[in-house]
Formats: sequence, C-alpha cells, structure tokens
Amino acid sequence: MRDLSVNDLLTLPGAALWTLALSLMAFVGGGLVGGLIALGRTSRAGWLRTVCAAYIQVLQGTPLLIQLFIWYFGLSVAGMNLSPLVAAAIAFTLNSSAFFAEIWRGSIEAIPRPQWEAAASLGLTRLQQINYVIVPQAVRIALAPTVGFMVQIIKNTSLAALIGFIELARQGQIITNVTFAPMPVYMTVGAIYFVICFPLSILSRHLERRFHAGRAAH
Amino acid sequence: MPAVQLTDVHKHYGALEVIKGVSLSIERGTVVALIGRSGSGKTTLLRCINGLEAISAGSIDVEGQKVGQKEAELRAIRQIVGIVFQSFNLFPHLTVARNITLALTLVKKLPLAEANDVARRVLTQVGLIEKFDAYPEQLSGGQQQRVAIARSLAMMPKVLLLDEVTSALDPELKEEVLKVVEDLAAQGMTMICVTHEMGFARRVSDEIVFMHQGKVHERGTPEKVFSAPDTPELKQFIASTMI
Repeated sequence: MRDLSVNDLLTLPGAALWTLALSLMAFVGGGLVGGLIALGRTSRAGWLRTVCAAYIQVLQGTPLLIQLFIWYFGLSVAGMNLSPLVAAAIAFTLNSSAFFAEIWRGSIEAIPRPQWEAAASLGLTRLQQINYVIVPQAVRIALAPTVGFMVQIIKNTSLAALIGFIELARQGQIITNVTFAPMPVYMTVGAIYFVICFPLSILSRHLERRFHAGRAAH
Repeated sequence: MPAVQLTDVHKHYGALEVIKGVSLSIERGTVVALIGRSGSGKTTLLRCINGLEAISAGSIDVEGQKVGQKEAELRAIRQIVGIVFQSFNLFPHLTVARNITLALTLVKKLPLAEANDVARRVLTQVGLIEKFDAYPEQLSGGQQQRVAIARSLAMMPKVLLLDEVTSALDPELKEEVLKVVEDLAAQGMTMICVTHEMGFARRVSDEIVFMHQGKVHERGTPEKVFSAPDTPELKQFIASTMI
C-alpha cells in the first residue's frame, strides 16, 4: 500500500491508447467481416442467408465476456496460447462484426426494392447493383448507427481487463490495488472513457439529423 | 420477325395464377397500350417482358432473343428492352448525368466522355439538357420521369416498356411526359405501355390490348376499342373509366 500520486494517474492516458488500439482493431476487423456477413445476409442464396443469420445469432446471443474467455482461456486449455491482445482482438472483431452486419443489413434492406429493379433493368450485374446503387445509398443510412456502435465497442473493450490485457480499465485496477484509492482512480478512468466516447455520440447524433431522410442535402 | 413475341405465357405466384395463357405478337415500330382493371395482370405481363418477373410457362422472345431466367440471358435482354417505372426510380445519390451514364460505362463499357455525349443527346431529346448536373430531388416529378425515359433511351433499346409512367404525376405534369412519349412513337420506337389513362392510350397507341382476369380479352385499334367494343367486359371497363 502506498498513497495515490499524480504519477499514478498519469499512467492512465497511456493505457487509454491501448483501449483505442483495441477499439480500432475491433472496428476495422469487425467492419470488414461484418460487411461480408451483411452481404451474405442479404444474398439471394438461401443457404448463405441462413449461415450468416446463425453466425449473427450465436455472437449476439452469448455474452461478450464469455466469448472473450473462450478465445483466451478456452483455447489455452486446448493447447493454443493466444496472448491477451490477440485473444481480445479476435473476440472483439467477431463480436462487433455481428452487430455491424445487423446494422448494415437493415440499411441495405431500407433501400427500396425498385432501386434494385431499376439497376437490374439497365443490365447491371448483381455486384454492380450493390456497388454503384445500393451500398452508396445504404451508407448514408448506416452512418449514424455505425458511429453510435463505435461507442459501444470502446466501452466493451474494458472487458479485456478480465483476461489481463492492460488497457484503461485494467490499469485503473492495477493502480487501485497498490493505492487502495478506488474513487479518484475510477473517476479518472470513467472520465477518460467519457472524453473518448462523448464526441462520437455527438457525431452520431449530428449524422442522424443530417441524413435523417436517408437522402443527403447536396 | 415481330419485335416482341409472347407465346402462351403463364405466371403464377404459388396457387394464384395471374397470367393465364397470353399470346401476343407486337410488330416493330408499333405502340401497344395494355389496359384493364387492377389485378388483370397487365403490369405483371409487362414486367415479364424484361425478366423482372419470371414466367411460369410459355415463352417470350424479344427481337428473336429468348427472355430466359439465367443471369446472362437476363442481362442480354435488358440491353435491348428498356423500362420506365411509375415511380421513376432514379438513383437519388447520383446526378442526372450519372444516372444516365452509369449503365453506359458499366454495361456498354463506353468511356465516360462518350457516355456524357450520349447523356447530352438524350437529355436534349427530352428537353432537360440544363439539368445535366442536377440531382433527382431538385427536379419536379415530370422532369424526373423525363430523365428516367432519357436514361432508358441512352441504352438504345429496341423495345421500351412503360409502366404507368404518368400515374404518379399531377395533371399539369402529365402532359410533358406524354409529349415525350408521343415524340418517341413518332420516331418509330416500339413501345408497350401499361396505363390507366384512356386519353394516353388513345393518343399514343396503334393498338389497345384489354386484359381481363389474366388473359387478353379483346384487342383492336383505339378507334374500334373505344367506340365499338365487342365484349361486355370491355364495354363496362371503358364506361367505368369515363366517370
């Protein structure tokens, strides 16, 4: 036990960078996988829709913490030792891909059927219809909820503390363990999360207003 | 060879049969109006001609080319059959010019500069060259529909399908679209129009086809159909549209 010093609190912003790094991995990785799943979910092939729906259901229907434990503890018992960073990156990527897929599926399905028909009637291939007609419009609809979900991802990364990954929340725990000053430490940790998330919330709300009708002002 | 040949076309959705054996031959350069009550199958029939609806039995040929159900067959047909929809269906995120050039560059593989020349030509044809850089939402309904027609024309279709192209428009905007369609008819474009507006049918068409309960019930020249219909169903239908 020792007293809490300013130097202790100054280690928090550095740990917050790991929170951001993990969030970025979850966002980029989850975005790529989620995009593919969203396309699979809106595909014309019934079996592919089913497989993608099952993928989403499993990942959305189980706690993120358990998924994290499976990737870290579960695989290590099976003989695969992933580092906390790798296990967390995989768990968050897959988990957010399921949520992104659902957001984007909704956005794709919000584009009226006749837009597909008009594009098909001009002789565009299915892929061209998606690339040039559907996705550019769906992106506008998806923007606000996507940014909103980024806030969720950032807060969710605090769960990685439970497999020993040292990010913002874990660093807070470590300082608390040696200083036994949970109040000032966790208040600071919370404040840092807020500083990261609040601008994104504002951005999300702004985008929602701006693209509310799904059609932009030019 | 007729421009469009339908042979014993059937279409059902599950147990519901909406087209019950339609055979129809449409010569090049003619304008055919499909009329009939809602649910008579006329819009479905039109959508079968460019493969937006798959037929259940029978066959459809356009310029000797079979309307199949395979992706490649459909794309081939859609390069010679244009369609204009009731609700325009312009791409809202693209400018008027890009709405027109998109398929020219992607499907016909024209360089953008050439595609833009085509866009200018067809926009001039429908009287909207000044809207080249505008977005669809900046246009009136009538203007949007003229752009939609221009978009179809740019692909140089051999047959143009019009699905109630004036129904979504205010009366004062219908006229400008009608005028464009009349010009096309005068230039010899083969067109099949589904319409609820008898004035439109009378003005532009060479032949009227009256659909009733999924079949061609009666057909003839506009003069004949409107002044001396043969069947009681058509008589009744025409009387109901006069109200």
